[in-house]
Amino acid sequence: MGEVLFTSAVDGLLIGIIYGLAAMGLTLIFGVMDVINLAHGPLIALGMFGVYLLFTILGLNPFIAVILVAVLGLLLGVVIYFVAVNRVIDAPPLSSLLSTFSVNMIIIGVGTALFTTSSYNVDYTLGTVEVGFFRAPGARIAASLVALLTTALLYLFLYRTRPGKYVRAVANNRIAAELMGIPSTRILALAFGIGAMLAITAGGLIATILPINILAGGSYELKSFVIVVLGGLGNPLGALLGGLILGLIEGLVPVFMKTTWVPVIEYVLFVLILLVRPQGLLGAKE
Amino acid sequence: MKILEVKNVTKRFGGLTAVNNVTFDLEEGEILGLIGPNGAGKTTLFNCINGVYPPTEGRIIFRGKDITGRPTYTMAHLGLSRTHQIVRPLNELTVLENVMVGACYGRENMGLNEARRTAQEVLEFVGMAERAEMLAGALNVAQKKRLEMARALAARPYLLLLDEVLAGLNTAEVTAMLDTIRRIREQGITIIMIEHIMHAVMNLSDRIIVLNYGSLIAEGTPEEVSQNPEVIEAYLGDPELAERLLEEEMA
Amino acid sequence: MKRLIRPGLLIPLAMILVLAVWPLLSGNPASAREAAFTLIMSMALAASLNIILGYTGYVSFGHIVFFGVGGYAGFWAITQLGWHILPAALLGGLVAAVIAWLLGLAVLRLRGAYFALATIGILEAMKALVINLDFLGGPVGMELHFSEYKRYGGPMQSLWMLYWAMVFMAILVVVVSYLIKTSKFGLGLMAIREDEDAAEVMGVITPRAKTWAYVLSAVFPGIIGVIFFFKNGNIEPDSAFRLHFSIEWIVMIMLGGAGTVLGPVLGGGLYQWLRKTLLTSPIFKDYQLVVAGVMLLLIVLFVPTGIIGWLRARSAKLRRVFE
Repeated sequence: MGEVLFTSAVDGLLIGIIYGLAAMGLTLIFGVMDVINLAHGPLIALGMFGVYLLFTILGLNPFIAVILVAVLGLLLGVVIYFVAVNRVIDAPPLSSLLSTFSVNMIIIGVGTALFTTSSYNVDYTLGTVEVGFFRAPGARIAASLVALLTTALLYLFLYRTRPGKYVRAVANNRIAAELMGIPSTRILALAFGIGAMLAITAGGLIATILPINILAGGSYELKSFVIVVLGGLGNPLGALLGGLILGLIEGLVPVFMKTTWVPVIEYVLFVLILLVRPQGLLGAKE
Repeated sequence: MKILEVKNVTKRFGGLTAVNNVTFDLEEGEILGLIGPNGAGKTTLFNCINGVYPPTEGRIIFRGKDITGRPTYTMAHLGLSRTHQIVRPLNELTVLENVMVGACYGRENMGLNEARRTAQEVLEFVGMAERAEMLAGALNVAQKKRLEMARALAARPYLLLLDEVLAGLNTAEVTAMLDTIRRIREQGITIIMIEHIMHAVMNLSDRIIVLNYGSLIAEGTPEEVSQNPEVIEAYLGDPELAERLLEEEMA
Repeated sequence: MKRLIRPGLLIPLAMILVLAVWPLLSGNPASAREAAFTLIMSMALAASLNIILGYTGYVSFGHIVFFGVGGYAGFWAITQLGWHILPAALLGGLVAAVIAWLLGLAVLRLRGAYFALATIGILEAMKALVINLDFLGGPVGMELHFSEYKRYGGPMQSLWMLYWAMVFMAILVVVVSYLIKTSKFGLGLMAIREDEDAAEVMGVITPRAKTWAYVLSAVFPGIIGVIFFFKNGNIEPDSAFRLHFSIEWIVMIMLGGAGTVLGPVLGGGLYQWLRKTLLTSPIFKDYQLVVAGVMLLLIVLFVPTGIIGWLRARSAKLRRVFE
């Protein structure tokens, strides 16, 4: 039993890191511009399909594909910002909720038309890693490591580079940042681009280890909401922590009850946190 | 009759004491000026009185009833109205509708028709009657301030809390507003006004209380308060310079 | 009664009635009726959501949860307890109202985006829960036997009965919506929407007002859910709790004009008509969602007050005609 629990827990934590990465994208955008990006799910789905296509058509190693897709994701995020978000950045929150949701509909609509709702698989394996009784697919470990690496890169960007500092300044107080000469619109676009990139990267990594379909993005988006609220809206570290917690829940709960109860627990937890501790475990942005 | 009794009210936000053991009384029909440098805790005190948050310590007695910590939405019904430092118009509603909200949910719990009549009356009183059908969001600052006042008056309050109602107005607008405030007092409404425009407060108030760093440092008539060295120091730091300036003002 | 004889109410009612009698005059009544049913149902659902969203400013993204919960309650009563559709529909409404009241106690304390997210969480939690409940049919849902319709005179009769029931519901919702908008209660709701804190300072008892608005906005979808799923002959979690549907209601409201009586009716009709046209067009068939998305984006960016909102902003006269 102990072995089962341990394996399930580690399994959950590994995928939890990737969930956390996705959620970081969502929370970063909220933290910087107070916008909840409802196109988050489709972006994850785009990451999945991007890697799938590059792997299947061009034979690229999926992890290389992830990098390519991530860069494209950054650009896409910037475009989405200018098309759907910039104009309503100061409008009531409903406006950006709906405008990002419309992007969601557009992406899903195109995606469904092109790929239908069937499942696809990236047939890629890195063998199995065995340590004592513990075994896990090598690809899963690799994907988690890449996720961690991306998190570290994000941290370096935010705290060790000048654009990163600008992002943090705008997140803290946009008007003050503008008064100090920071081009806020460009920074907001950059931040949105990074947020999108994180979601797309996470999607790409998921594609290396799990089957994908266009609607799965939706379920990962919901997971991201849960994580983000759990960790604290606007808090990237909280997103990582939340991801780990969620991954743990997903790994351990099926050991004790039917898998179909996992979503119930996740969403009830989600609503409870919103009610009892809306600032999340690590504290939300003010 | 004492319409308001503030007893030992303290408000702390974590480590910061915004209001420190403030005690004062208010007689019915008075105009009380509440002054003090920026950040002295004046608006915080208003917020405690009007239920935005409860005081950490102390009691607030309104017309003999203990209203400490009661939620904000019970205040208008008791006869306590308030305007805000930064105006809060209901933008997508018309001026008339804005004031009707005040009338409907105020002390007299009016129905729509009575509220409409009251609103029209009050708009006449504050001089906004021709703008009744305009959307509140389209008004300029001075008009929004009058609207805010009209909304508060439509609730038929016993006590009106005015928070920097003159801020942002030009000289002519200030004079007009001061006149309106006098006429409100003539209606029998008691007023506490937070204000920074010294000549206005000094001229209008029967009594003044002064806050500094959350504590009450002086209380008395405008003359008494303006001579009070602690008050002068709180505002200006140099008593002699201040004395000279005040002499010019009062002249 | 005199209060009701106003263009603000009569125009939306006329729209519904004209649409309602169209199948009777059309060459193919059955197919026209089906089309009209969908349109009228959309109008009713959009108008219900408008009470909490348009009037009060609380964006309930997961509002379909009440449609599903009510639908399940009524469907269960019909198939397991042998109830007649009328009490079953009322039960659906009651269950939806009670759930709204309970949930409201908790989530109406939240503001803005937090509230919106919470409603999504509630919807997903409810869906996930129902999937696990075997007495409600689990992931497969419940089905009713064809013979159920005999009680109402057979399938043909039933379809027409349910059609008129839906028309009645739409009229009811619009009348209630108008009464709210022109009442003191509605004024309080709109004050909350514009500035909740200022509304409180003015004496609006916000927790009570919001709860009533939420409950009222839930009871009608609850009843409508029973009518819809009874007509469908089955109910399952995916269609009863599909997030996309309630978001479509938001699009309808935005298109027509949030916070107006006529807006959701106009928007509901227009949106469904557009959708129908796209679905039958060979070019756009697969891109229906894309077109809806583009529509929503354009509305949000350029005409956020919707068609009726735009008209009402033009002049005071138009404001008196279009409520």
